[in-house]
Amino acid sequence: MSADLTIILPEILLSVFAMLGLIGAVYTSKDGLASPLLWATSTVFLAVAAWIGFAGEGTNVAFGGMFVDDAFSRFAKVTILVSAAAVLLMSEGYMSQRGLLRFEYPMLVVLAVVGMMTMVSAGDLMALYMGLELQSLALYVVASLRRDSVKSTEAGLKYFVLGALSSGLLLYGASLVYGYAGTTLFSGIVQVAEEGVSLGLLFGLVFLMAGFAFKVSAVPFHMWTPDVYEGSPTPVTAFFATAPKMTAMALFARVMHDAFGGAVADWQQVMALLSVLSMFLGAFAAIGQTNIKRLMAFSSIAHMGYALMGLAAGTVLGVQAMLVYMAIYVTMNVGTFAFILMMEKDGQPVVEIDSLKMYSKREPGKALAMLVLLFSLAGVPPMLGFFGKLYVLRAAYEGGLAWLAVAGVIASVIGAYYYLRIVFYMYFGEADEERLNGGKSPILWAMLMGSAAVMVLGIINMFGVEGAAVAAALTLVN
Amino acid sequence: MDNILSITTFMPALAALILAVFLRGEDEAAQRNAKWVAMATTVITFIASLFILFEFDPNDTGFQFVEEGTWIMGLTYKMGVDGISVLFVMLTTFIMPLVIAASWSVTDRVKEYMIAFLLLETLMLGVFMALDLVLFYLFFEAGLIPMFLIIGIWGGANRIYASFKFFLYTFLGSVLMLVAMVGMYADAGTTDVEMLLNHQFGTETFSLLGIQIVGGMQTLLFLAFFASFAVKMPMWPVHTWLPDAHVQAPTAGSVVLAAILLKLGGYGFIRFSIGMFPVGSDVMAPLVLWMSAIAIVYTSLVALVQEDMKKLIAYSSVAHMGFVTMGIFAANQQGLDGAIFQMLSHGFISGALFLCVGVIYDRMHTREIDAYGGLVNRMPAYALIFMLFTMANVGLPGTSGFVGEFLTLMAVFQVNTWVAAVATTGVIFSAAYALWLYRRVVMGDLIKESLKSITDMSRRERAIFAPLVVMTILLGVYPALILDIIGPSVAALVTQYDTALAAAEAATQFAEN
Repeated sequence: MSADLTIILPEILLSVFAMLGLIGAVYTSKDGLASPLLWATSTVFLAVAAWIGFAGEGTNVAFGGMFVDDAFSRFAKVTILVSAAAVLLMSEGYMSQRGLLRFEYPMLVVLAVVGMMTMVSAGDLMALYMGLELQSLALYVVASLRRDSVKSTEAGLKYFVLGALSSGLLLYGASLVYGYAGTTLFSGIVQVAEEGVSLGLLFGLVFLMAGFAFKVSAVPFHMWTPDVYEGSPTPVTAFFATAPKMTAMALFARVMHDAFGGAVADWQQVMALLSVLSMFLGAFAAIGQTNIKRLMAFSSIAHMGYALMGLAAGTVLGVQAMLVYMAIYVTMNVGTFAFILMMEKDGQPVVEIDSLKMYSKREPGKALAMLVLLFSLAGVPPMLGFFGKLYVLRAAYEGGLAWLAVAGVIASVIGAYYYLRIVFYMYFGEADEERLNGGKSPILWAMLMGSAAVMVLGIINMFGVEGAAVAAALTLVN
Repeated sequence: MDNILSITTFMPALAALILAVFLRGEDEAAQRNAKWVAMATTVITFIASLFILFEFDPNDTGFQFVEEGTWIMGLTYKMGVDGISVLFVMLTTFIMPLVIAASWSVTDRVKEYMIAFLLLETLMLGVFMALDLVLFYLFFEAGLIPMFLIIGIWGGANRIYASFKFFLYTFLGSVLMLVAMVGMYADAGTTDVEMLLNHQFGTETFSLLGIQIVGGMQTLLFLAFFASFAVKMPMWPVHTWLPDAHVQAPTAGSVVLAAILLKLGGYGFIRFSIGMFPVGSDVMAPLVLWMSAIAIVYTSLVALVQEDMKKLIAYSSVAHMGFVTMGIFAANQQGLDGAIFQMLSHGFISGALFLCVGVIYDRMHTREIDAYGGLVNRMPAYALIFMLFTMANVGLPGTSGFVGEFLTLMAVFQVNTWVAAVATTGVIFSAAYALWLYRRVVMGDLIKESLKSITDMSRRERAIFAPLVVMTILLGVYPALILDIIGPSVAALVTQYDTALAAAEAATQFAEN
């Protein structure tokens, strides 16, 4: 028992931290505590990430297989924690300027992160659901953090209703799987599935996939994404675009390989279809967007399509490609949202893309960093985003899905158009009245520059992420 | 000097970084500094590349100055040059200082302008030296970014359309090549170009979506690479991005585009299509030859009716590139020799022609042919230089333009007489449009009021043209300068190509019996 507790110590510590924070803040009942609390949370996140990343070793199973701590979960956890810490730091200025910086915000993020960590470590459908709900409930509240804004509450409500629907689908699938496999443990399900997937189990699998597809916002379960991205306060959008996406993708991989690893042929086609639909819808729908947050929503849908392409391969290389892709994706999005957070005029946030007209004249450094990120998002070499794409293409090709790889590169050309459009506004437009001012935050600036630098310098050796992804993929797929 | 290739390649990028980080301000002093830094860097890069040329041993047909290192994803960082690529490296380093000199009158965002050109030089050099598939692709594609910005920021009135068209068109062509590269990696287990050149890709006919693919995997790979290189080249009918890009790009951008960027496609054809997919190339060669012949005649006719000087030269470039593809896919010694020669010579001639347009555009700010006439009266030096390059463009013996055209026509005559016959008419058409252009712009009486005060070329402009004049004439009267260097490597390539074809032929016959 105590051995089990040692394994989930990081999650326990984070939960205790959240509760202490809540109690402390409620007793003093001061929102002035929010800012120190936010900094403390980020520090704790980074410390836990370093701890997990450096001290974690081997595969440890707790609670009779319900909780798995392996290289795969550690890869996902470190990405989640680091990106959550980065997003929290980025949000401070924005939130406090608009009176949104309440102490609940960092605490809810901590709870969501605990949920995510549970999800990626789940070895059982029950643990999976528990983590998922913990994450989702916290996120619903965070989405509607701006209580006096119709759009923000609408975003929260939409997210809640559709999220509940997807949880329902997932639960239904889980119950079918339990009914036909006789166990909720992944290790048990995989044995049953290897002997042949019965129709009931297949139904359960499909419902589970639908639930996950909703969480990763893959087409055709993507409808909530643009509205939630647009309505939520921008730092919250940045959070939605990073850690939860990584989590859902890792969970997807975990369930597909740990529980249904013997039945790749049964889910490969579904996965490939989700992937190709997401890539194309993301590419086409973003073309007409004028709001940069909505544009990023469609961009993330397209990116999820590429990550799913890796998963669809159903191989070690596929999982590895997915992990590398997601790590790169998260880094790019942190930088891009740092840029979006700096888009403001007279203290008011601006989200229209055409407000960037001739941005490069006034802010050459920031414009250049954004240029790098945009080309990276589009997957144009030599940026790191290209290598993410190359990775998933290779996985898909070697997994026998050459048609998916061809579809993927064609979608990437269509997608390149809307990233180029932002470049066009920043660099080619005619100079007219100043549409953006302010946005002089050192933290945001550092995040933007850091992320752009990673996109350029990362091509030398990927900062060792590749090796970690290889180890993670090998433990998951065997 | 172990990593002379990397040093040469990345020197301009390093200078660009220094400019980006250290140079501040937009005043005249800062602009002048940016120009001089760019100038010095490109000259030093040229000198460094001279070391490569002098140390280069033409009789060694393998890759020389090879550098190798490990990289991510199981790829290798490998650079090297052989007889085919070394002169393209020289062409690039030779043209770049002239390009910077031709940009001396730029006043808008000079620092960014110079950074873009320096980065472009690094990427172009990288393309010619890369000996790893993905490294090649990386340099090949990355070049789109600075060129997109050069057209989009410093281009003409319709620059937005042209820049997007340029980027998306070439990007679409290239991504299929990327999938093919992934397929090659999966098949051969390596991305090392040297090893891939000796790898035999599958040639068994198979059926895909109900279509019989003769030549099997090689044909598919060929087509994927063809999609990329044909757009880049550009070949008819996917050439339509080029006139737009040329017309809208600033003069220096046009020069780089015509002199170097168009050569990437031809180099790719020789290195990858002929070198790695001989059977696929052989299957598709008749189609490519006819496409080239059509390109030569069609674009020459289109050039005849152009009213914009840059557009006319752009179409003439497409026609000249038709000779190149024709020579390459004749796939014999004269053909490949001629194609490489034609590319190098076209680098000097078309670059010079765009500079010629730039000279009068800087003075009159129009490229309309009708806006000129009788320039010879006030600009005798200009008229002389323009005439030399017009003649070279036509392919007059004694200029470098003649050698390439003659060799490729001779080569294709041995392979396909009809194609040769059709293509030869293109030579006549080229004389027609080039001489007519010259007559309308330079000859006649100076009657236009606006031209009455036009001045002849400045000393800086003459200095830019001098090296180009020397090269054009020198290569015209003594082509061995180039042919001696490329000859052995080309001969090795042709032998390898013929051996592979014979082997495939024998295998098919064996299977039939």
